Amino acid sequence: MSNASSAPQHSTALPNGWEMVVGLEVHVELDTKTKLFSASPNRFGDEPNTNIDPVTLGLPGALPVLNKHAVELAIRLGLALNCTVQPSTFHRKNYFYQDMPKAYQISQYDQPINIDGFMMLPGDVRIGIERAHLEEDTGKSTHIGGTSGRIHGSDYSLVDFNRAGVPLVEIVSRPDIRNSDQARQYVAELRSILLAVGASDAKMEEGSMRCDVNVSVRKPGEPFGTRCEIKNVNSIRAVGKAIDYEARRQIDVLESGGTIRQETRHWDDSEGRTHTLRTKEDADDYRYFLEPDLVLLDPDQAWIESIRASLPMLPAARRAQLATLTGANKESESVYVIVERGQDEYVSAVAQAGGDAARALVYVQQAFAEEGSTPKVAASDIATLTQMERDAKITATQAKTILSEMVANGGGDPVAIAAAKGFEALDTSAVEAMVDAAIAQQADAWSKFCAGEEKAMGALVGAIMKASQGKADGKVVTAILQARRTQ
Amino acid sequence: MTQPFATVVDIARDIASGNTSAVEVLEHHLARINEREHDIHAFNLVTTEQARATAQQVDADIKAGKKLGPLAGVPIALKDNMCTRGIETTCSSKILEGWKPPYDATVVTRLQQAGAVMVGKTNLDEFAMGSSTENSAFGPTKNPLDTTRVPGGSSGGSAAAVAAGFAAASLGSDTGGSIRQPASLCGLVGVKPTYGLVSRQGIVAFASSLDQVGPFTHTVADAALMMEVIGGHDPLDSTSLPQPMPSLTSVLGQGVTGLRIGRLADMPDGCEPEVLARMDAAYAALQAAGATIVDISLPSLSYCLTAYYLVAPAEASSNLARYDGVRYGMRVETADLHSMYGATRAAGFGAEVKRRIMLGTYALSAGYFDAYYGKALKVRRLIANDFAAAYEKCDVILTPTSPTVAFPLGDKTSDPLTMYLCDIFTIPTNLAGHAAMSVPFGTGAHNMPVGVQVLAPALGEPTMFRVAAELERAS
Amino acid sequence: MSTPPTGSNPARITSEVVAKVAKLASLQLSEAELELMTSQLSGMLDHFADIDKLNLSNVAPLAQPFPLKNVFREDVVVAGVDRDEVLAAAPAAQEGRFRVPPSSGLGEQ
Repeated sequence: MSNASSAPQHSTALPNGWEMVVGLEVHVELDTKTKLFSASPNRFGDEPNTNIDPVTLGLPGALPVLNKHAVELAIRLGLALNCTVQPSTFHRKNYFYQDMPKAYQISQYDQPINIDGFMMLPGDVRIGIERAHLEEDTGKSTHIGGTSGRIHGSDYSLVDFNRAGVPLVEIVSRPDIRNSDQARQYVAELRSILLAVGASDAKMEEGSMRCDVNVSVRKPGEPFGTRCEIKNVNSIRAVGKAIDYEARRQIDVLESGGTIRQETRHWDDSEGRTHTLRTKEDADDYRYFLEPDLVLLDPDQAWIESIRASLPMLPAARRAQLATLTGANKESESVYVIVERGQDEYVSAVAQAGGDAARALVYVQQAFAEEGSTPKVAASDIATLTQMERDAKITATQAKTILSEMVANGGGDPVAIAAAKGFEALDTSAVEAMVDAAIAQQADAWSKFCAGEEKAMGALVGAIMKASQGKADGKVVTAILQARRTQ
Repeated sequence: MTQPFATVVDIARDIASGNTSAVEVLEHHLARINEREHDIHAFNLVTTEQARATAQQVDADIKAGKKLGPLAGVPIALKDNMCTRGIETTCSSKILEGWKPPYDATVVTRLQQAGAVMVGKTNLDEFAMGSSTENSAFGPTKNPLDTTRVPGGSSGGSAAAVAAGFAAASLGSDTGGSIRQPASLCGLVGVKPTYGLVSRQGIVAFASSLDQVGPFTHTVADAALMMEVIGGHDPLDSTSLPQPMPSLTSVLGQGVTGLRIGRLADMPDGCEPEVLARMDAAYAALQAAGATIVDISLPSLSYCLTAYYLVAPAEASSNLARYDGVRYGMRVETADLHSMYGATRAAGFGAEVKRRIMLGTYALSAGYFDAYYGKALKVRRLIANDFAAAYEKCDVILTPTSPTVAFPLGDKTSDPLTMYLCDIFTIPTNLAGHAAMSVPFGTGAHNMPVGVQVLAPALGEPTMFRVAAELERAS
Repeated sequence: MSTPPTGSNPARITSEVVAKVAKLASLQLSEAELELMTSQLSGMLDHFADIDKLNLSNVAPLAQPFPLKNVFREDVVVAGVDRDEVLAAAPAAQEGRFRVPPSSGLGEQ
């Protein structure tokens, strides 16, 4: 997943004034050592059925005991999403399925731990968060035989319960999303928040973050239309595509005189379309009731406040801070990228060391894509480099070369590298002399340039750069040429 | 009543003092099993070899001068709904036949640590659903005092094992009276502890908010000792109470002077006259010993049966959903997953279990939840409130444990409701989560034993045991 | 299921409802069992109508005996059960996993 997903892209407008109404249900696996209700390991990628115990397998007599760290991570996430943390309970959601060992899932129902939060998206768009509740994950089946491992027509299934009981938080948004851009931004921002607070590794490709999308369409001002829930939307890109597809499908149905059935649909990423999974008529009756094996979860205020106090600065605040420091727009791609990489503190350290923050933002975005939140190159050296460029001691091109070398060597003194490469910036009088020499040599180009043919400047600049062996600053050369023309 | 068999306290003392050995005690019990088990059918499994190994270990420990547990060498039977590592645990159901748990229930571990010798797994009504042990998939258990009669249920095998001298004590589970009623019908002491006092970890769940484990013994002192071994906080059970286990063996001689004994002002219909006569005798005995008798009322008592038979099946319908033929136990192979579930569960469960699963599923289902399960939980609150008011006036309440003495086999099997009425006096305690125990107090019709039930508020075990000890002295 | 009843208990249970409940409970019932179950459940529900007399509007439900709260375990791994032991006791297993007949639909989240 890349940062680009969070930058505005192009969700095309819907035809004939239709508006889409979208809500997201995102499941994230919490980054704990053990499961939500048992001491079995929570670890992805292990041999099948090695992370199991009586609770995980739903053996007769096994009882759940709540993982305190999972609760703490859920509260961290809730607070980061501006939720109210409230006393909460667990219910049993009863249904038979091979991946569900007890034939019920322990989940939070009418009293979830986190309620009434929100998230801000670019353009001051506010997306409400209805709830973010705790529940346990299911096991995982592999379907063998039939057509290409799909469930329909398979000969049998093999079940691995390693994932069963892994702690999940389900984050349910309000239906406040109005286009696929916002949906993608919402998921990307949620992912950034999860990573920032350390609640989850949020890897959509490994399934530790999974999206279900509710889509309906209406004409603005009308009541909500009938919604369809789309499952299996496993990348941010797919979130956008699935929503756009589904909205158009619904509009097509409605415009051709049909009605939308409330149903669950499946996103087929390879075909780029949704399919009916099941309709409301065959919906299960989950017979929710209070889980008698667990007790009230009522985190005391002191605990909640200590968790709040331990929260790091969240991505939105960090972007705002970085934008202020660098003069960049807080919704610009570079600001998103740097904060997502966690390199904003580094940019700030460069500025602290006397560097030019705006240049530092550019350098770090360009050169540190492979670095983590703590690049090896000393911030003070980057500060020096930005100063050298600002003071025209070196050219932008030279600065880039020096930066590449510093990154490749894991550090280095930019002054020494510049000296070693002979990157001594020419003083202005020397450049002026070269400019005059070039005008004399390239009289034809000069006269075209003077006649307003801007392209002709290229030949002049090229000659000067050649004469200076690349040491002349392109910007300075251009400025002198412009000045000469108007003299 | 004279004691036909040695008590837990006596056996533990005699083994510790070297008067006898654990092996010798075990062989006595095994001999009685050989003699009468074919008539009684108390056990689903007699663990002869493991028992001999444990007894030998106890004797070796004694020889080596090791510190002994309080139950060292005492032969004990376990209801077959308690998980025993590597030893078949069936709940008397075909669906679990042959299943060997990979772990021990907490109470099993505690008994082992106390040095107890497990002699076998006892028969029960399938998944503890019943009041006569006639609902076992492996055939009924008979009352050792009269083998034409039931031992009560659902822990009938555990009661019969002690009554027949197959074990010095046993553990049962009590969801609506399943320890107290068979104790009463077999002439034993049976304890349903305060909910959360004994761990449920490893006890195959019937109705999670009602289930509790407790002992069957010949004497109140034995029961007190057993409670001290199995009781107390367990971090593996979220509903386990945090309080330390109160001492019970130390209160037995304290008498009842000054205690206020509650008597139901309006006794429900259906009690045998001999049972009522024994109740009068019990009140009189306690009064003579210095207690005061006060009339109390439990206005919601008659609604408890309904509340219980909605709440317990509702929880059971969910607890028993895991028997789906996927991970353990029985499977009927069919072409697709959902028909496999249906066929497996149809073949694996007996009629009473199916009935309760159906009733519970119905009570929880969309459209009926509020009318049945929701209302039942409110009635549950009413009975808890009734008890709270009653315990303002008295310290314990005395009722019959069962309206009748042990009834003949087959007497109540045709109409489920008649069977449910056996639990009228025992159910309220489970709904409230309180403590109660049955103490033998003479005999009634057909010379069969009558049990008196002592009810106490939550964690009222010390007072309850004082009263029980007094009744035992007077009986 | 049919429409939710208001206030008092719903009308007599029908064999259609019993059949739906059996499906929810994953219990295959024969026609004879269905009929017997319908009559037995009817009888019980008639008896259970006794609580309709009670005014319960201001009574809070009691789902668990005691109001415990915040019972936790620390996030520490404890050895679980042995895979081979568990799979050996399973009705069917293959390649370290539990084998089940094919399903005709996807599960829930």
